[in-house]
Amino acid sequence: MSPETAMLLAMALPLVGAAGIQLAGPWPNLREAVTLLTATATFLLVVQVLPSVAAGARPEATLFQMLPGLSIAFRVEPLGMIFALIASFLWIVTSVYSIGYMRGHHEENQTRFYTFFAVAIASALGIAFAGNMLTLFLFYEVLTVSTFPLVTHHGTEEARRSGRTYLGILLGTSICFQLFAIIWTWTLTGTLDFTDGGILEGRASALVIGVLFALYVYGIGKAALMPFHRWLPAAMVAPTPVSALLHAVAVVKAGVFTVLKVTVYVFGIDLLRTVGGSEWLQYMAAATIVIASLVAMGKDNLKARLAYSTISQLSYIVLGATLVTSWSVVGAGMHIAMHAFGKITLFFCAGAILVASHKTEISDMRGLGRAMPFTMAAFLIGSLSLIGLPPMGGLWSKWYLALGALEADKMFFVGVLMLSSLLNVAYLLPIPLRGFFAAPPEPEPAADGQDEGDHGHAPAPADGIREAPLACLIAIAITVTGSVVLFFYPDPLFDLMRQVVSPH
Amino acid sequence: MTSPHLPVLMVVLPLMSAPFCAVMRRGLPAWSLALVVTWTSFALALAVLTQVLDHGTIIYSIGDWAAPWGIEYRIDRIGAFMAVIVSGIGALSLAYSRRSIAHEIGVRRRPLFYTMFLLSLAGLLGISVTGDAFNLFVFLEISSLSSYVLISLASDRRALTAAYRYLIMGTIGATFYIIGVGLMYMMTGTLNLADLAARVPEVAGTRTILVALGFLTVGISLKLALFPLHTWLPNAYAFAPSVVTVFLASTATKVAIYVLLRILFTVFGKADVIHAQEIGDVLMVLALLAMFVASLVAIFQDNVKRLLAFSSLAQVGYMILGVSMATATGISAGIIHLFNHAIMKGALFMAVGCVFMRTGSVRVEAFAGLGRAMPVTMAAFVVGGLSLIGVPATVGFISKWTLIQAALETGAWPLAVLILLSSLLAIVYVWKVVEVAYFQPLPSYRGDVREAPLSMVLPMWFLAGCSIYFGIDAATTLGIARDAAAALLGNGP
Amino acid sequence: MSVDWGLFNYWIVVILMMAGFYVVIAQGNLVKKIVGLNIFQVSVFVFYISMGKVEGGSAPILSDAVTLYSNPLPHVLILTAIVVGVATTALGLALVVRIRDAYGSVEEDEIDRYEQEQED
Repeated sequence: MSPETAMLLAMALPLVGAAGIQLAGPWPNLREAVTLLTATATFLLVVQVLPSVAAGARPEATLFQMLPGLSIAFRVEPLGMIFALIASFLWIVTSVYSIGYMRGHHEENQTRFYTFFAVAIASALGIAFAGNMLTLFLFYEVLTVSTFPLVTHHGTEEARRSGRTYLGILLGTSICFQLFAIIWTWTLTGTLDFTDGGILEGRASALVIGVLFALYVYGIGKAALMPFHRWLPAAMVAPTPVSALLHAVAVVKAGVFTVLKVTVYVFGIDLLRTVGGSEWLQYMAAATIVIASLVAMGKDNLKARLAYSTISQLSYIVLGATLVTSWSVVGAGMHIAMHAFGKITLFFCAGAILVASHKTEISDMRGLGRAMPFTMAAFLIGSLSLIGLPPMGGLWSKWYLALGALEADKMFFVGVLMLSSLLNVAYLLPIPLRGFFAAPPEPEPAADGQDEGDHGHAPAPADGIREAPLACLIAIAITVTGSVVLFFYPDPLFDLMRQVVSPH
Repeated sequence: MTSPHLPVLMVVLPLMSAPFCAVMRRGLPAWSLALVVTWTSFALALAVLTQVLDHGTIIYSIGDWAAPWGIEYRIDRIGAFMAVIVSGIGALSLAYSRRSIAHEIGVRRRPLFYTMFLLSLAGLLGISVTGDAFNLFVFLEISSLSSYVLISLASDRRALTAAYRYLIMGTIGATFYIIGVGLMYMMTGTLNLADLAARVPEVAGTRTILVALGFLTVGISLKLALFPLHTWLPNAYAFAPSVVTVFLASTATKVAIYVLLRILFTVFGKADVIHAQEIGDVLMVLALLAMFVASLVAIFQDNVKRLLAFSSLAQVGYMILGVSMATATGISAGIIHLFNHAIMKGALFMAVGCVFMRTGSVRVEAFAGLGRAMPVTMAAFVVGGLSLIGVPATVGFISKWTLIQAALETGAWPLAVLILLSSLLAIVYVWKVVEVAYFQPLPSYRGDVREAPLSMVLPMWFLAGCSIYFGIDAATTLGIARDAAAALLGNGP
Repeated sequence: MSVDWGLFNYWIVVILMMAGFYVVIAQGNLVKKIVGLNIFQVSVFVFYISMGKVEGGSAPILSDAVTLYSNPLPHVLILTAIVVGVATTALGLALVVRIRDAYGSVEEDEIDRYEQEQED
C-alpha cells in the first residue's frame, strides 16, 4: 500500500468505525470488538506511513477545494507522524481501558461514547496529517465539537456547566484569535501551506509577526496556556477514558502540536528567532509552568491535580516552541510523546482507583497501595516519567528542552525547568508513597465487590487486594511499558524530530 | 433545455398556476400541482444558471417589445444565482409543507396557502430576473402581498397583527422605492436598469438623484429588515406557519438585498455613490449595530423562532457589512452569505417546524429531551447552529472567512475583530437551545414524542447536508459569488 | 414672495405624503392607519401623474390635430400602482376584520396589551 493511501485510509477508517459502532450499538460485545478492531487497523495503517516519512518522503494528497486557492490537503511530515503514531496507538490502549472502565463503572450511553471517541481520533489524525493551516483548523474545530458530547457525558448540571466552559474557551479562542491569525496570514502571503522554513519570511514586519504569533499561540486554546486554561480542569467531570483522550491521546496534544507546527512551518524557526517576537511568550509559558504546578499542589481531587499538572507540562512544549532553537523544538516534540505516555498512565490509574475503590480525593488514598499495589506502582512510574527521572522517557524531553534553553543562552528557563521538576516531585510522588507507606484510614465496609465480579476479574480476595478490572490493568501495563521503552529507545523519535528542525 | 423562453417560463409558470390552486377544494391536488410547478421552476432556474455561466448574460424582451419601451429580463450571474436560491428553497419547502401545513392550517385554507406560495415564489423569481425598475416594484408587491397572506394563515392570532404590521411597513418600503424610481425617471427618462446605469453618471450630482437614492435605499432597507428598520420581522417570522417562516427567512430578505445590490452597484455603480455619498459608511454602521444588537437580543429570547428571527437580523448585518465595503471580496462575501444563510436558516427553521409539529410549541422549554426523542431533527438543528456560529466544514465558516478576508484586505482589522466577536454571541444563543435539547429530560407530560415524518425530515436534511457540503467544497459557489461581485463592480465577465 | 405655480403639484404631493405618513405612524386605530397609508400612496400617484404632464399637452392620441402631448408612460405605470394600492388596502382591511374577530378591538394599544398577556 502506498503511504498516501495508507494516510487517507487511516483518517477515513475511524469514521467508518464510528458508523460501525453506532450500528453495533445494541450488542456491547460486538460494538467493542468493532472499536478495538478499528483502533488496531488504524494504528497499523499509520505505521505503514512511517517508513517512507522516516526515509525523508512527504506523502501528500489533496482532496478538494474548500475556498478558491485553498484546498483540503494533507502532507505527512515527521512531527505529524509522531503525533499520529501516539494518537492511534493510545487509541487502542484507551479502548482496552474503556471497556474495563465503562463496564466496571456502569456508565450509560456507551455507544455514543465510543462513536464520538472514534470521530475525535479521526479528527486528531486529520490535524496530524494536515498539509495546510486551513485543513488543520478544520479538524481542530471538528475535534472540539466531537469531544463536547464526551466531556458532558454524564449530562448532569455540573457536566453541562463544564461543557459550556470547554466549548466557550476552545471555540472562543479559536474563532477570535486563531481564525483571525489564519486569515491574516492568508491575506499577507496568499498561501497557508506548511512549508519548511515558514511562509512569512519577508511578508510582514517584525511587529506584525509578533502579533500574529501571539494570536496563534493564544488562539490555540487546546495548548492551555494561561489564562486560557480553565477548560482543562473543567473537563475533568468526564469519565476517565475521556480525560485520557483529552490529556494524552488527542486534545491537548493537538493543541501543542499545532503550536509547534505553526512555529516551525508557518513562521519558521529562523525567522522567529531573528525577529524575536516570541520572547515575552517564553515568560508566559514559564509562568504557566510554575503557577499551574503550584495550583496542582493545592488540589486534593486527584483528577484536578493531574489536570493542573497537564497545564504545566503543556507549557513545557509551548516554551520549547517559543524558545525557537533546534534543541528546544526537538525537546518539545519529544515531550508530546513522553508526556502522553506518562500522563495517560496517571489518568488510567486515577480511573482504576475510582472504579475499584470509588475514591477521588487524594487524602482518602492513604494506604491504598495495599489494596491496589499494581495501580499504585504504575502511578509511581508514571510520576517518575513526568518528573523526568531515569529510567523513564520523560528524562529525554526535559534534557533537550534544557539544552535548548542553554542554546538560546537563557539560564533562567533552565532554572524554571529545574524548579518545575521539584514541584512535580512535590505534588506527584506523595500520592504513591503515601499509598504504600501510610496506614489506611478506616477499613471500608465491603459493599461494592459483588457487582464487579461478573465483568471478568476476580472478586476481592481475602488479603485485601482489590484491583480494577483486568482490561484497565492491561491498558496500564502497556502505557507503563511504553514510558520505560521510550527511555531506552528514544532514537526513532529523536531522528524524526531532527528532520523537523534541520530538513535534509 | 435551451429554449430562449426559459427565463420567462420560470416566472410565468408559478404565476399562472396559482389561480388553479385557488379553485381547488382540497389540499392534496393543490399541493401536487404546486409541487410540480415549483420543481419545474427550480429545474428551469438551474438551466438558466448553467446557460448564464456558459454564455453570459441572457437578455429577453417580454412580448418582443424592444428594451426602453418594453420590459426586459436581463439575467446575469447574480440574478440567475438568486433565482436558483429562491426556487430551490421554494421547491424544498413545498415538499416539506404538506405534512406541516396539514398540522397547522385548516383544510379549507390549504389550497389558498399553495396559491399564495406560488404567487410569492413568482414575485421573488420575477425580482431576480427582471431588468426593469418598475416591473421590479410590481414583482416586489406581488411577493409582499402574498407573504402577508401567508403569515396571516397561521392559527395564532398574533400572526394577524404581525402580518398587519408587516403590511404597513412593507407598503411604506415599496412606496419609498417607487418614489425613488419616479425621481430617477424624471431625471433620466428611462426605467430600464441598464439604461439607468448608463444615464445616471451625467446627472449624478443633482439633488433629485440624491433624493431618489435616499428613497430607494431606505425603502429597500425596510424590505430587507436592516437595523433599525427591522421591527416587522421578528413577529412575522415567529408567528407565521412554520413552512412560511422557512420560505420567507431564506428568500424574502435575501431578494431585497439583491435589489439593494442592483441599485447601489448596477444603477449607481458608475457614479460610485457608495463612496461618494458615504452610503457605505452609513450601511456599515447599521450593519455592525445589527450584528451586535440583534445577536444580543436573540440571546434573551424564549421563543426559538423569534430567537432565530433575531439571528437572521444579525446575519443580514453580515451581508450588508460585506456590501458596504464595496470591494470585490466584500460584495462576494455578502453574496455568498446570502446563499449560505438561506441554506442554514432554512434547515434551522425546518427543524423548528418539526419540533412544533411534535410538541406543539416552539419555546425553548419545548426542546427539552428532544436530543433523544427526535435525534434526526435535533442533529440537523445542531448542524445549522454550528453553521450560524461559523465552525469550519459548514457554510457559515466560508461566509465568515470571506468577510474577514475582505475586512483585512481593506486594512480594516477592527472590523475583522468585531465580526469575530459577534460570532461568539451566536455560540451563546445556539447553545442555549442545544443544551436544553440534550441535557434536559423529556418532560413526562409530553408523553410520546416521535421523530418528524420523513417528508419533512428529508428536505431538512437536504439543506443541512448542503450546509456541510458547500462548507467543504465552496469553490463553485464562491466562484459564482466572486464573478457576480466583479460584474456588479463593472469589471467582470 | 413669488410662488412658483409650476411646482404647485409637487407641494401638494409633499403635503399629502407627510400627512399620510404622519397618520400611519401616529394613529393607534388600525383602520385609520390604512387610511393614512392610502393618503401616502395617493401622493405618489399624484406625483407620477404630474411628472408625465406636459403643459398644454393633449392626451397622446393619434390625430393630426395633436402635436404636443403628455408622456403616457408614467400614467400607465400609475395605473398599475393604483391596482397594487387597492389590493394592499383590501388586504389590510381584511386583516383588520380578522384582528377584530380575534381580539375584539382595532386599537393598537389594546391589542398590544392582549398580546403581552398571552404567553406562548
